[in-house]
Amino acid sequence: MAQVKFTPNLKRFFPDLCECAIDAATVADIVAAVDQRWRGLGDYIIDEQGALRKHVNIFVGDELLRDKRALSDRVTADSKIFIVQALSGG
Amino acid sequence: MHNKLLVGTRKGLLIMSRNGGDWQVESAHFEAIPVVYAFRDPRTDIIWVSLDHGHWGGKLHRSRDLGATWEEVEAPKYPEGYTVPPDFSVPAKTNYIWLIEPDGADEPNRLYVGTDPGGLFLSDDGGDTFQLVDTLWRHPSNTNWFGAGRDHPGTVAIQVDPRDSRCVTIGISVGGVYVSRDGGETWEARNRGLYADYLPDPHHEHGHDPHIILASPSNPDVLWQQNHCGIFRSENSGRQWRDISDKNGGPAGFGFALAVDDEDERVAWVAPAVSAEYRVPVDRALVISRTEDGGESWQDLRAGLPQQHCYDLVFRHALDKTSDTLAFGTTAGNFYVSDDRGDNWRCLTNNLAVVYSVRFM
Repeated sequence: MAQVKFTPNLKRFFPDLCECAIDAATVADIVAAVDQRWRGLGDYIIDEQGALRKHVNIFVGDELLRDKRALSDRVTADSKIFIVQALSGG
Repeated sequence: MHNKLLVGTRKGLLIMSRNGGDWQVESAHFEAIPVVYAFRDPRTDIIWVSLDHGHWGGKLHRSRDLGATWEEVEAPKYPEGYTVPPDFSVPAKTNYIWLIEPDGADEPNRLYVGTDPGGLFLSDDGGDTFQLVDTLWRHPSNTNWFGAGRDHPGTVAIQVDPRDSRCVTIGISVGGVYVSRDGGETWEARNRGLYADYLPDPHHEHGHDPHIILASPSNPDVLWQQNHCGIFRSENSGRQWRDISDKNGGPAGFGFALAVDDEDERVAWVAPAVSAEYRVPVDRALVISRTEDGGESWQDLRAGLPQQHCYDLVFRHALDKTSDTLAFGTTAGNFYVSDDRGDNWRCLTNNLAVVYSVRFM
């Protein structure tokens, strides 16, 4: 199963958020699965049309997510997924 | 609760309270998160807050115990496949929640929410869920909507007639004024008398830019509008607007914020700036302008406000009034209060972040 890690900044809104293992074929599946476990978390990562939020990044291994519109990047049992905010602010 | 204020800033929400003649910060919430709008629903005593997370999107929160605890509510969502006017090439998603507005006392579970990119949302279950008001979103004039300041149009003003909650007035920036008299089943554009100097035809039927619209509580047929192109007033629910910008060389003209008097339909306040191209106070001196005769004339109220080297603007929801007390916060983080209808002001603090909204509780 793919290993999924989150930026610790998301723990402000989901205090029991933790690293987890998910059986999924795509990154979109991963987001749907973590939203099931932490209800509403998906809305922090993607918008209502399913696209990655502008200032959120997802790494699949060392690679940035390619399909930011539909999150169709493939995931395998060996994948390590890291969901993190972009380096922006002010 | 006219002795409390909800102040939405770029760095969080403050609840301020009056202790004698003094106002103090009672509590701070959502620290470091931009708070776009906050108000107390007088029907339910619920405080509603709109957040604009830089990373995680726009969110709605509410408190049933006046700020002791908070609960996140699922934010309004555009339906799958929807795209943004005027060219419908961009997927529609809730970029920003401009404001939350209660319906009438006869509909205690109904709330409206205005968003970027231009959608009006409605809840009939006390805010647990929201639905896009499709009749307005699909209005045939939506090809005349566009963004100004932000990339997309925004629903920035919502006024429910206290005599008949089926009658709702909406301001879309940029788009114009829309009125429904049947609870949102149908919508009529009401822009006659407005002008838009940024359009090839400034008197076009659509494409106007209301920054904010308020109805006079003592006579809700009287609507006031701080528009991109001046200040306008209507005595017939927006069927005809009249330009009431100061014609005598005073500053009242361009601006964002507006407050109206509860008792007297002829009285209102604005916070002028030079122009769209020069978004600074006139002569770099902070002023609130008041009319007491329906816009025939304006008084410039400066006592207690900085009169040199001042770059403060007052955003559209950052001025409010209750009884004889007015309060406003600025883009420079300054906060002012007057207890005599604006004749004299005092500064409460110079150290806030950008102030987005000010509402008496």
